[in-house]
Amino acid sequence: MKEKTNIILTGVGGQGVITAANILGKAAVRAKVNVFVSEVHGMAQRGGSVNCTVRMGRVTGPLAASGTADAILSMEPIESLRYIGYSNKNTKIITDITPVIPFTVSVGMEKYPPVDEVFKEIKNYAKLYKVDATKIARDAGAIITKNIVMLGSLAATEVLPFSKDILLETILENVPAKFKEINTKAFEGGFKAIKK
Amino acid sequence: MEIIESKPDETILLLGNEAITRGALEAGVDVATTYPGTPSSEIADTFSYIAKYLSKKSKKPPYYFEYSTNEKVALEVAAAASFSGLRSLTCMKHVGLNVASDAFMTYLYVGTRGGHVIVTADDPSCHSSQNEQDNRYFALFSGSPMLEPTTPQEAKEMTRKAFEISEELHSPILLRTTTRLNHARGAVKLKKPLKPREKGHFEKSPMLVTTPAIARIRHPELLKMLEKAEKISEKSEFNEIIEVGKPKDWGIVASGVAFNYVREAVDDLNLNVRILKLGMTHPLPKKMCKEFLSLCKKIIVVEELEPILENQFKALIFEIGCKVEIYGKSTGHFSRLFEYNPDIVIQALTKIFELKNPIKKPSKPILSLPNRPPALCPGCPHRATYYAAKKAQPKGVVYPTDIGCYTLGREKPLEMADLLLCMGSNAGTACGLAVATDQKVISFMGDSTFFHSGIPPIIDAVHHNHDVVITVLDNRTTAMTGHQPHPGTELDGMGRPAKKIIVEEVVKGCGVEHIEVVDPNKIKETTEAFKRALEFKGPAVVVSKSPCILLENRDKGKRGEDIYVYEIDQEKCRQCKICISRFGCPSFYYAEDGSIHIDDQQCNGCGNCTEVCPFDAIHKKGVRK
Repeated sequence: MKEKTNIILTGVGGQGVITAANILGKAAVRAKVNVFVSEVHGMAQRGGSVNCTVRMGRVTGPLAASGTADAILSMEPIESLRYIGYSNKNTKIITDITPVIPFTVSVGMEKYPPVDEVFKEIKNYAKLYKVDATKIARDAGAIITKNIVMLGSLAATEVLPFSKDILLETILENVPAKFKEINTKAFEGGFKAIKK
Repeated sequence: MEIIESKPDETILLLGNEAITRGALEAGVDVATTYPGTPSSEIADTFSYIAKYLSKKSKKPPYYFEYSTNEKVALEVAAAASFSGLRSLTCMKHVGLNVASDAFMTYLYVGTRGGHVIVTADDPSCHSSQNEQDNRYFALFSGSPMLEPTTPQEAKEMTRKAFEISEELHSPILLRTTTRLNHARGAVKLKKPLKPREKGHFEKSPMLVTTPAIARIRHPELLKMLEKAEKISEKSEFNEIIEVGKPKDWGIVASGVAFNYVREAVDDLNLNVRILKLGMTHPLPKKMCKEFLSLCKKIIVVEELEPILENQFKALIFEIGCKVEIYGKSTGHFSRLFEYNPDIVIQALTKIFELKNPIKKPSKPILSLPNRPPALCPGCPHRATYYAAKKAQPKGVVYPTDIGCYTLGREKPLEMADLLLCMGSNAGTACGLAVATDQKVISFMGDSTFFHSGIPPIIDAVHHNHDVVITVLDNRTTAMTGHQPHPGTELDGMGRPAKKIIVEEVVKGCGVEHIEVVDPNKIKETTEAFKRALEFKGPAVVVSKSPCILLENRDKGKRGEDIYVYEIDQEKCRQCKICISRFGCPSFYYAEDGSIHIDDQQCNGCGNCTEVCPFDAIHKKGVRK
């Protein structure tokens, strides 16, 4: 097993970034792997860019150094590029393909770059995995399971120091009974999007 | 409710703030008080959730908890519980201790009976704050013992232990945290909670009445207490010397979250050093520190913000008369600004040890990425109030603002926040501007801020007849910090019915003669109200009442009511752009052809845009899916 595993989770407030980080943390505790999670609360949550860090193994704190991410899991294309400083050439960048247009763009103050150019640039720095998580989540039955789709994709990239099953068990333990089926579908859908 | 349902010895994932609450429960805390503020809020919110959860199950919560009117009141309520022999905890953000400091400074003279832990949550880098003051100075300033945790597990253990230390010393004790501890999650092993006492008894003593004569008796007692506290610090399990590799000349002193970065960097860089990890940082274990100095020729002090340990170590070196070199802020290797991170600590250590920095320069995106600054939510009633006030007097008005969501009114296109110091400062500075200038003044504060510290400046305005318009944005919650209740809400922090204080009744009671109570969603009427308030010579107060849209929509969801979204009739739209470039609701956007639309997913259905549009082009589209 690797000594340390660093995962960066990014997205926009309201996309379930913190929940996904929390689930990873709980799964690590379940797998008896040492873990720290850092979160963003307060003012930054109001519609802003959100990033969380999950660190596992021989680590003493929740923040990762630049260039040390094993994976960047992003719920939005440009948010993965925003935190590219954490990547190295082996970092697996898993991102949803659907942009969330910032307020600054919709009122014409700034421009959202073409998504293809975003992906092209990411490939210059790291390994890119694109996931249509929005579609998979909708097909699973609820768009809010997008973060669970992304966790399924993360499990498929084999960076986690515990099994896929432990992660799925942790997810199901944290959702109400009536949503278990939808979440399983979302998770498996995300997994299959990477491991065909 | 893992935090209370889990068995002792179980290990669960907890937020640093939740771990502090759990530590207090394990210590059998009787009374917990707060005024909410990031990054401290979840400590109190966890007390609140647990109380509501137990009440729902018809179980009695094992403690009394309240969101107090402000931090000073919170401290006083809990101090009285301590005087009555109960264990109490008060938590607040760093600047909250400024508000509570009047009570706090003399509290140290009086001392405690039941243990009292005061949590100060500092915010290096000002993630959600107006400054990054280092509250460790408050320990030195007041003479309070202080603990500083590094991880959630340690936060829980320190909180538990802090009650014991407080009782042993008969002194309140500070638990000083920073954002990266408050908002970090980690595995925490639980212990069995102690049974609380429920009711205490107040034994009268002349020593509790701090007249000058008594204060002169108590001050020497405070100094004696600190001597005793130093002995506790010498033996504290939270202070330790860690040897890494084969240490020779070098030592590192670290505390708080900075220790985490040091511990990992030392391993990653294969350094041979002794680390003095300080968890009880006031008073310092002088003997232990001197012993550490005797083992080293050079030491590096790694602490966020002010050089508090660094200066104390310089004094110790002077006392011993030894020649240990100190590296830290005074040598320029570390900054007094902002929070640290692994990059900063690794860079400084590699420079000091003359090693190659293993961290490559991080990649920076070449594409220019649009920002996502925080903004007032779609449907926020504050936007409507701001818009209406601006319509009443478009130019030449100064807008003092306050702490809360409405500071976001500073952003384009509203740009209606000109001056901000602290909680309640809107109205005080408004009075000052009325004295100092001939400019028109409209100030803004939230309802929770009004109760916290907004009332005294209104009284000042009335007494001196300052010509100001003071606005209270009454959205019936403390929104920015996570929708906590306040004296104007009908339920308290334990979920029990509470007497609701009405803002305009208080304002009337203060003697304000011109009061306008408006629903900001009626923009034209609100504009008229602001016009009347501006025309009135003397202090006028506008109370703008409309619930936070996030709470309103959540309640609608619970009641099974629909939320209607709006759309723009492209035939009627004349592209005047008022909706997007003057009102500035974030749910509006330009399509590629330049036409303006409303995003269904973002629209919260307030419908205020229908009133803003001069061409009647916006109407209800249908139910939000």
